[in-house]
Amino acid sequence: MPFIPHTPEEIIEMLATIGVSSIEELFDEIPAELRLKGLAGVPEALSELEVTQLMQARARADQPLINFIGAGAYEHHIPAVVWQLASRGEFYSAYTPYQAEASQGTLQVLYEFQSMMVALTGLDAANASLYDGASALAEAVLMAVRANRQTRSDQILIPRALHPAYRRVVRTLTEPQGIELIEIPYDRKTGQTQVEALAATGIEECAAVVINQPNFFGVLEEVDALTDWAHAHQALVIAVVNPLSLALLKPPGEWGNRGADIACGEAQPLGMPLSSGGPYAGFMCCKLGHVRQLPGRIAGRTIDRAGRSGFTLTLQAREQHIRRGKATSNICTNQGLMVTAATIYLALLGAEGLARVAAACCANTSLLAERLSAIPGVGPCFTGPCFHERVLHLPVAVPVVLETLAAEGILGGFDLNPDYPELGAAILVCATELRTPEEIERYAQCLQAILASQS
Amino acid sequence: MLIQERSRPGRRAPTQAPLQTPKLPDLPSHLCRTQRPALPEVSELEVMRHYTGLSQKNFSIDTHCYPLGSCTMKYNPRVCHALAMLPAFLSRHPLAPAEQGQGLLACLYELQEILKAVTGMDAVSLAPAAGAQGELAGVLMIRAYHRGRGESQRTEILIPDAAHGTNPASAAMAGFQVREIPTGPDGDVDLAALRSALGPKTAGIMLTNPSTLGVFERNIRAIAEAVHGAGGLLYYDGANLNGILGQVRPADMGFDIVHVNLHKTFATPHGGGGPGAGPVGVRAQLAPYLPVPLVERTADDGYRWLTESDRPQSIGRLTAFGGNIGILLRAYVYARLLGRQGLSRVAEFATLNANYLLARLRSAGFTLAYPTRRASHEFILTLKPEARAFGVSTADVAKRLLDYGYHAPTTYFPLLVPECLLIEPTETESKQTLDGLAEALIAIRRECVENPELLHNAPHHLPVSRLDEVHAARQLDLAWRPTVGEGSHG
Repeated sequence: MPFIPHTPEEIIEMLATIGVSSIEELFDEIPAELRLKGLAGVPEALSELEVTQLMQARARADQPLINFIGAGAYEHHIPAVVWQLASRGEFYSAYTPYQAEASQGTLQVLYEFQSMMVALTGLDAANASLYDGASALAEAVLMAVRANRQTRSDQILIPRALHPAYRRVVRTLTEPQGIELIEIPYDRKTGQTQVEALAATGIEECAAVVINQPNFFGVLEEVDALTDWAHAHQALVIAVVNPLSLALLKPPGEWGNRGADIACGEAQPLGMPLSSGGPYAGFMCCKLGHVRQLPGRIAGRTIDRAGRSGFTLTLQAREQHIRRGKATSNICTNQGLMVTAATIYLALLGAEGLARVAAACCANTSLLAERLSAIPGVGPCFTGPCFHERVLHLPVAVPVVLETLAAEGILGGFDLNPDYPELGAAILVCATELRTPEEIERYAQCLQAILASQS
Repeated sequence: MLIQERSRPGRRAPTQAPLQTPKLPDLPSHLCRTQRPALPEVSELEVMRHYTGLSQKNFSIDTHCYPLGSCTMKYNPRVCHALAMLPAFLSRHPLAPAEQGQGLLACLYELQEILKAVTGMDAVSLAPAAGAQGELAGVLMIRAYHRGRGESQRTEILIPDAAHGTNPASAAMAGFQVREIPTGPDGDVDLAALRSALGPKTAGIMLTNPSTLGVFERNIRAIAEAVHGAGGLLYYDGANLNGILGQVRPADMGFDIVHVNLHKTFATPHGGGGPGAGPVGVRAQLAPYLPVPLVERTADDGYRWLTESDRPQSIGRLTAFGGNIGILLRAYVYARLLGRQGLSRVAEFATLNANYLLARLRSAGFTLAYPTRRASHEFILTLKPEARAFGVSTADVAKRLLDYGYHAPTTYFPLLVPECLLIEPTETESKQTLDGLAEALIAIRRECVENPELLHNAPHHLPVSRLDEVHAARQLDLAWRPTVGEGSHG
């Protein structure tokens, strides 16, 4: 019996101790007419060898392409140490550290992770993770509405130059609470969200302004001016940031005169494989004054009876298992193992290593954009400064180009047209530190050939 | 010691990042940081030793029996991990075309089918990233369903007082008012109270069955009839599905919506607090509302994602991409390993183990919260008599159990049973382990009489003694900060 250790003799002994004659008798409180006669529809068991062969065959069908897409999920080098350590059974098979004394490993990892996110964002406090970047933003919006005591507004200004999937998730999770999302257009020339566009809403005050740095197009926003505008309109500032970019970019806590109030985003670039979209981990940081509105688990340092330093979950009065219907969020299980990986990744790279990765991504994407823009009809859509992604316009419709590139083994970019029809034929490309000059050249030659055959 | 405290300026793990320092990008200086973030500067060996050392301070399923009630801490088979970590699965981008993910999508499609079979539901979405997100998806579907029928006055969700805290929290997030339903003395929902709470405002009820009291709700058919009769829907919280897997299906009990915690019933890792996965299943009339994305089999036996444009009535998207795909793959491998008979055996042996442990503890003099009832896959002891007689608390007993090398059961939950321990051994523990756990609890009970101080000051043999949670909340220390001069200038 897979994973069930009982011998026939033990089963008999156990039934005798209970005082029943069969296992079947243990289900005697379930109304007989409800009992199931077997799980038709579930296949027969496989051995470990058979299931391994099956999965290997399935994996062979999914041979990866040379990846030039970012768009919210970034392929970076993951040091071997990261998953060697994170896969240790003591991390992998533990649960939420309810018994702090028996969970000091997990709790200290969470505390170290929180410390690292605080260092990167320049804010005061961090939680121990949320599901992913998009759901973290939705939680940040709900938090901002609760935390903002200067206005009773339920309006949130949210840039159109934010990841379309993030905007959808925010809508799913905030609409039931009556929150109104007001979309702020981007400047068609620079690709930036401009203060004038915020002002053009005519809004005198609102609950929060979402600022995405870099934005979905890879363009850098003028975060200081946007932050100051928001604060002048009683709004909290929610920064949505790529943690890798914070190796180089100004931390949200230093934006404008007062700094962002909440920062959140996707921790996937920090040691998490692409895995078709998950598991990743959302993170969230805030100023100390808002910490009681922060959703999710928080680890804190405390002392034991002997006065020794130790760690425990804290501020649990915010949470669903205490506060039930009045909790800051319904979140219970978060993404602990992914946070373990992110903490180890950041420990290995340090500030210098992280800055090198970020710089290499910027350099590779610049090289890619330059090389592709040398092809007739291809060029950058925006003039604003960029981090490690670029929007390029193409002279022909995108889908056929991407399909042909895929047939050549190249994942050529994200088609922006369905979400941004105003951009015409445009793709979002990214070349992380993994892409070699040869791969970039190969992409350029393939694209050139495809476009030549189309014209 | 923290990893940050091991840091020495200039020490590095240099091979982990690109070797050459590329030309720093030409970014506007006013958008750049002026001071490097205070991240540790340590060698690779220090990282290995530090985190290996931390891991050794954890109890885990791999090292200890972990009978945490309603959490189903069963063995996590390593082949599930190994196969989900095959390089082709790990390196696939979420926005890669479906043609380059047919192997993955086949696994996910078949997992949807397996979950339909074990729940009896007509359609399944794998999108929710955890149980609580599955619950939220469920109540959002209840909301969408009533609105679709022009019944938006249905604003109340009924929830038994024994429910997990996530139930009322999820209902509140979806904009519902929560009405609590009391439990009768035998552990079943108070049917009369339920009937009197039903009315034109009723949107639905959220139930766990077996309940968090460790018993099967015997009146489930009557509850379903009453709630449906009032125009409401029934939501099944799958937290305790392990106790009935293959024995009875939520759909047959009358439920309209379920979520399944794959990190419980399907043995995917708990990871120190996630990632989990909380797929949702529904009856046909609710299928249009399922969260996206879903996997569809195409006419030519291929697979594709269904997204917002295919599913205009969907409650929408819950995470940026497809949820916790890697966890879904682990659950799929687990289901294929066990097969139809293996999955049914799960509930049989989980129930056998719980009832065996209960019998041993009862005969040793422990007090059961529901002595007239058959235990499901978990059961509740109340330590109220011990607390009264010897001045020891449930927390004392729980901490002392750590000294004996067992993780504590769930404590102080459900809230309606005073001084309670909720114990769930799971099917993967052997009789010897259960005997050891029973003997440890019996020994601790003896200590209550002979030396209660031993319990008050427990644990004694762990890396730290009892931690001060009040101090943690009053003197907030949530992040390490460099002392002046430690933050290096870049």
